[in-house]
Amino acid sequence: MAVTAPRPTARNRRADAPSGRPARRRGRIQWKGYLYALPALAVLTAFLLVPLGQLVQISLYHWDGVSASTWAGLANYTEIARNPQLRAGFLHSFVLILFFAVFPIVLALLLAAVTTRASRLRGVSFFRALIFLPQVVAMVVTATAWTAIYAPDGILNTALRTIGLKAVTRPWLGDFSTALPAVGLIGTWLEIGLCLVLFTAGIGQIPAELYEAARIDGAGVVREFFAVTLPGLRGQITVALTLTVIAALRTFDLVYVATHGGPGNATSLPAFEVYNRAFGTGQVGSACAIAVVLTVLILIVTILITKLQPKEDGT
Amino acid sequence: MISGRERLLNYAVLTVFAVLAMVPLLGVVTSALTPAAQSSPSFTWPKSLDWGNFATAWNEGHFAAYLRSSVLVAVVVVLMTGVLAILAGFSFAHFTYPGRQLLFYVTLVGLMVPPEAFVIPLYFNLRGAGLTDSYWALILPQTAQSLAFGVFWMRNFFRSVPVSILEAARLDGASDWRILWRILVPVGRPALLTMAMLVFMWTWNEFLLPLVMITDENKRTAPLGLAFFQSEHTTQYSLLAAASIIVALPVVALYVFLQRHFIAGMLSGAVKG
Repeated sequence: MAVTAPRPTARNRRADAPSGRPARRRGRIQWKGYLYALPALAVLTAFLLVPLGQLVQISLYHWDGVSASTWAGLANYTEIARNPQLRAGFLHSFVLILFFAVFPIVLALLLAAVTTRASRLRGVSFFRALIFLPQVVAMVVTATAWTAIYAPDGILNTALRTIGLKAVTRPWLGDFSTALPAVGLIGTWLEIGLCLVLFTAGIGQIPAELYEAARIDGAGVVREFFAVTLPGLRGQITVALTLTVIAALRTFDLVYVATHGGPGNATSLPAFEVYNRAFGTGQVGSACAIAVVLTVLILIVTILITKLQPKEDGT
Repeated sequence: MISGRERLLNYAVLTVFAVLAMVPLLGVVTSALTPAAQSSPSFTWPKSLDWGNFATAWNEGHFAAYLRSSVLVAVVVVLMTGVLAILAGFSFAHFTYPGRQLLFYVTLVGLMVPPEAFVIPLYFNLRGAGLTDSYWALILPQTAQSLAFGVFWMRNFFRSVPVSILEAARLDGASDWRILWRILVPVGRPALLTMAMLVFMWTWNEFLLPLVMITDENKRTAPLGLAFFQSEHTTQYSLLAAASIIVALPVVALYVFLQRHFIAGMLSGAVKG
């Protein structure tokens, strides 16, 4: 998480140390500390932690949101495994991870490999600002823009027609075989800027001597990439993976606006099913079970990815 | 030294990706300026610049009301998050008490939990309290969510302040409260600004929460308003583009002026999306 922050060196760790020590030496408990933390913890508890607990509780009941609920045990969870539509939703999520995380990271790494000194170029902050821009635009706006691009007479089909590929044109978001990849490509577009900015910043922090040493040793571009760039970017890759995989698993706005899960359920996703079941079809218990699984999935992924992170005092 | 060829290659790659990032967004801009009669989803080069789409979208879509809701909610969330995160961050950074570490980790849970997870129980709780369809239903949960990041962010900042400054102030007899607001907060203005920008953006762009909580048309936030506007005008691309710009512009304008803060903040551990 704090990967991009400068690693604590021996020197400033020593400077940090006294912060806790005097108090501990006195063995005094500063009760006032609780008071300062209390308002934030109260808001967090009431509007986030308690609902999180209730989520698990509701997931164990059959409930339509109106009438009395009946005990379901784990039925809502076993339904996720048995219901083909829900299974498809989770499967679609994994496809999106390919588009949101794997493609942008691999592409951005390749680009970073050929632009190892980009961070030292003049005007790089201007390019960085443009490349990063999609990250700050509301997802609803992005979805609206791309709906126009993918429309039957949209930019994409017009471009394909002009280069003589009329046979390929189709309503990309309305076609069963292309809707999910089309949504995925929006994710690739969205996340590649994030990865590129992360990696160019990371390469800027790799000591130039390492590159010089590699060149003196006669390393080619490929060797240099695997020997210097890739190891030097491990921290940034971890951050990029965490952010993009979570973005893929959480995708909701994009699908809600661009496809509404359709055509059929070609682009239905867990987050969309959560909303749809809880506030559309009155299957609140089942919606909560999906939300629990989704949350656990996100937690597991986050923990797994952070395990890859280099140790603070690492090599 | 950077060789001329290498520099050219670097600029070429950066240019290609800047263009790729910008084309869909520039398409929205040109589309918005295209007269409604010429409107098409394809890349149009407007024959004449037409600002009328903005007026039409503004009036037909009630965007004045949506923007007012969004500004109100985002500003209150930023202020509440700011104050509460300063207090809690100070507590976690500079006080010693049992359970401090545990409580800090508990706040971090909020960084990893998606809104999809708590929105359902939250909706029923707030409905029970008669708060759905009110701005509080947007402000309180989003403050809670932003606090996870805010506390983490402020604690890290307060820990980076040299302890000698605090000790000196204590020796002068300053109370903790005074030290916090008179010394730490003024020094931390850049960190606070970054946090405020990010929280403003997340709150402004949030979609699921307003979708679930708000049914009153006048209380819709800008992105929610746009989603409804889109479903009512699916093929009026010029109008949709104009509405999209109205919704995106406030955050994009902030980004133009403070992009360093945005990028640094979003890359430094903002796991929240």
